[in-house]
Amino acid sequence: MSDRTKALPARGEHVHMTLSVNGERVQVSFAPYKTLLEVVREDLQLTGTKHGCELGECGACAVLLDGDPVLACLVLGVDCEGREITTVEGLARDAELDPLQSAFADLGGSQCGYCTPGILLTAKALLDRTPHPTREQIREAISGNLCRCTGYHQIYESVEEAIVRTHGAGSANEDGA
Amino acid sequence: MSGEEKFSVIGIPRRRVDGRAKVTGQTRFADDIVLPRMLHCKLLRSPHPHALIRRVDTSRAKSAPGVHLVLVGEEIRGEFGILPVSQDEEPLCREHVRYVGDPVAAVIARDELTAQEALDLIEVDYAPLTTIADPVQALRTPEPRIHDYGEEGNVHKRVAFDFGDVDEALEGADHVFDDTFFYEGNTHLPIEQHASVAAVDPDGKLTLWSSTQTPHYVHRALAKVLEIPAAHIRVIACPNGGGFGGKSDIFNHEIVVAKAAVVLGRPVKICLTREEVFYCHRGRHPVLMRFRTGVTRDGKITGLHLQTLLDGGGYGSYGVASLLYTGALQTVTYHVPRYRFEGCRTFTNKPPCGPKRGHGTPQPRFGQEVQLDKIAERLSMDPADLRLGIVEQPNMVTANYLQIGTIGLAECIRRVVEASDWRSRFRQLPDGRGVGLACSSYLCGAGLPIYWNKMPQSGVQLRLDRGGGVTVFCGATEIGQGSDDVLAGLVAEVLGVRPFDIRCVTGDTDLTPVDLGSYSSRVTLMMGNAAIQAAERARELLASAAGARLEVPAERVDFAGGRLFDAEDPERGMSFCEAVICAEEMHGTIGTVGSYRPPRSAARFKGGGVGPSPAYSYTAAVVEVDVDRETGWITVPRVWIAHDIGRSLNPVLVRGQVEGGVYMGLGEALMEEQVFRRLPAKLSGALVHKFPSILEYKSPTSLDMPEVVTELIEDPDPNGPFGAKEVGQGPLLPIMPAVANAVYDAVGVRIDEVPITPEKVLKALDERARGGDGRFGPSSFPDVGYPEALQVPPPWEGGDGTATNDPDRRRAARTEEDLVTRS
Repeated sequence: MSDRTKALPARGEHVHMTLSVNGERVQVSFAPYKTLLEVVREDLQLTGTKHGCELGECGACAVLLDGDPVLACLVLGVDCEGREITTVEGLARDAELDPLQSAFADLGGSQCGYCTPGILLTAKALLDRTPHPTREQIREAISGNLCRCTGYHQIYESVEEAIVRTHGAGSANEDGA
Repeated sequence: MSGEEKFSVIGIPRRRVDGRAKVTGQTRFADDIVLPRMLHCKLLRSPHPHALIRRVDTSRAKSAPGVHLVLVGEEIRGEFGILPVSQDEEPLCREHVRYVGDPVAAVIARDELTAQEALDLIEVDYAPLTTIADPVQALRTPEPRIHDYGEEGNVHKRVAFDFGDVDEALEGADHVFDDTFFYEGNTHLPIEQHASVAAVDPDGKLTLWSSTQTPHYVHRALAKVLEIPAAHIRVIACPNGGGFGGKSDIFNHEIVVAKAAVVLGRPVKICLTREEVFYCHRGRHPVLMRFRTGVTRDGKITGLHLQTLLDGGGYGSYGVASLLYTGALQTVTYHVPRYRFEGCRTFTNKPPCGPKRGHGTPQPRFGQEVQLDKIAERLSMDPADLRLGIVEQPNMVTANYLQIGTIGLAECIRRVVEASDWRSRFRQLPDGRGVGLACSSYLCGAGLPIYWNKMPQSGVQLRLDRGGGVTVFCGATEIGQGSDDVLAGLVAEVLGVRPFDIRCVTGDTDLTPVDLGSYSSRVTLMMGNAAIQAAERARELLASAAGARLEVPAERVDFAGGRLFDAEDPERGMSFCEAVICAEEMHGTIGTVGSYRPPRSAARFKGGGVGPSPAYSYTAAVVEVDVDRETGWITVPRVWIAHDIGRSLNPVLVRGQVEGGVYMGLGEALMEEQVFRRLPAKLSGALVHKFPSILEYKSPTSLDMPEVVTELIEDPDPNGPFGAKEVGQGPLLPIMPAVANAVYDAVGVRIDEVPITPEKVLKALDERARGGDGRFGPSSFPDVGYPEALQVPPPWEGGDGTATNDPDRRRAARTEEDLVTRS
């Protein structure tokens, strides 16, 4: 690595594209090597999305891509043009929290709050597809999101409470109630 | 609140005050801070576990495009460390690296990638030294020394205490049990990687935002190393994305970015990679332990002799305190009339160990509770009954001079025994299924500050404004445990307003009075008492003004529902806001302070500064396991846990701490280990971290987490705020030994080592099948060369808390000097 130009390759031009983030079209330019995690946090200043490894191991950076939960650290920003990106900032409807958010806040689903955005989005994807999941399905859905604080039970209960808040009492799955 | 038990906030489950911020992603962690003109820092870390630095050439890195600054050790001279007796770290190593990951140089560049690539342009010429891999090697290898301070060679510290004649106590016992245990190291694994941002303020002063549990100590260290007046430095502890003790030290990167910001006049940020977080470590010490316990036929302890040997890693960290903690709390759960503790911490060429949840106490707790299980079996007693017969009494001073207040341990045992249907399950479940029981105790705050002083350990200021606003200022640090919520909840209770009516300003050395930090489970008790004092003083001011307006005595003014009113005619009153205006008219601007200093300890011997606490929490747990005899795989379907919390302030948070402790305890019991391996000789043969990644460092996922049945014992402790005791650390402690005891109940093998992995279970089963005793664990304890013990007769043998063979200390104790820093 004695040749400096080899060690520090000239940066390519930034790519410029239109992304659809939380229902808004935003124009953004960024270095083409950046992951979606970096684009979201650094170029769009949406720092609600967290990171714990940048290697796809912890689940903290989960966002929704066309409604599917993905680890933003494993997706390149340039691959997201024309796709719908949802981050934790897109969960609330104006000032009104999503039922998942209010339930997590009320029932201890969030302690330090660091894994919370990733878990909220993972749970959102679950409920969008399976409005009345069993406790076992909730466990399975968030098994890729590490939480070091809660021991997970208050997270399950928060998800189940969000179902009640969305659909009314008695609507949680019998197995999960 | 004059002892009244009718609460409007305390004890009621509710959303924590910072809950909304956390679920909207608006909590601002250190790495979320972005400032104009901000640069990025990366550290070059040693690839050698032990080496001298011959030369560092940074010239090529300095001239790389986009690089603004390259720093080496010579440019930030100065030593630091969390304990006054272990000022053994440098911001960047100048001559000597002590573990793989020790930082040697820093690059500050326009972005992270540029900084990272410039690290490759720095040339470091190392002269490798013999690697000290473990404590036994450290004892046998005095040279080369990892540090030029400490006891001798690579022994950091040895201690020995005799609280009464233990030899005599063991001779007089009906049985003496002699067991050796090993507890492997493990790490905190907070999901947030450590991050710091430093900036020079417009007025020329320095500000550091950091993911730290101890902003006050970071503040001190920055002033010392950078030689800037402390008054010109502001440290802001951002909310931590998990701490667990891992962000309690002062870290190299915090000092490096501060220095770089001062040199460049621009903000500088660093965020560690996950691999670097494993190198920062300061986690659980690996500890080898030997327990010799004398018991009577009916299961009473006559005496205990405990020896510990700690693998400290490359630096001091909290190590002297960690060492003393391996011996401090053995007497707090069960009555131990005579006690000898001998401990030793060695330096090794691995990331430094320090405080992790339970700090130094989970290891001997594991040994003691597993040994009690063996004792119960030998005496044909139920382990629950054995423990119920020896639970320490309330309001006792123990053999090692710890003042105990309330003890809910017996009730904890009875509750888990009942809830788990222990009596009909223990030793009666089908083969492969078992239950195990264990207990524990923990501090509610270290009784002594790290730096000896007579000032408060927690301070709170309260400001009331004429809009009815209440702002509470405290140096305490929110690490997820809910310290802001405790603060707001207590003030709200005293002033009769809602927690959400209160604004918390915390963890900021410029704006808030000192609180020593989020460690030793001290925040609820110490900050809580300070907050109540400040709030009660404000209450007095408001009551006197409102009383005058209502023409009733101040004592008759009650506070509730955001109103002040005549207690005898509740219709007559005013809003809280009107009361503040009355008070301002009467007293001028309204502000109050409160502070807390723990009661004086009865322990006045050298080393007695570790262990005293204003109160002790107690926990009992029953763990159920399924063990597969073919694979050794352990599944935990259920845990019952009862915790003596004194009083539960916000039950939502309390339950979260209990279940989080169970979770982390299961991780330690079953899978988590911070272990090392030798690279192949052709690659250097260096001792490296076996797997510094989340993928390979196994921790429990949601699929591993069992059902948890939690019971809270509420017997208010007179020293706690409204009687509250700690819950952040205690509930972790009984889990590991309860798992080991359950594995024995299930398949009849003793795993005297943590973690309890399938491989160890299979080895023990195999050994048993071949006619052995079916045990996996250490077989011997090395000759450590412990010093002559300090002789401290227990209180019931005429002792006064000093050592009879330390005349200097007997004099010094009278002046109440620091027992930690001098030890």
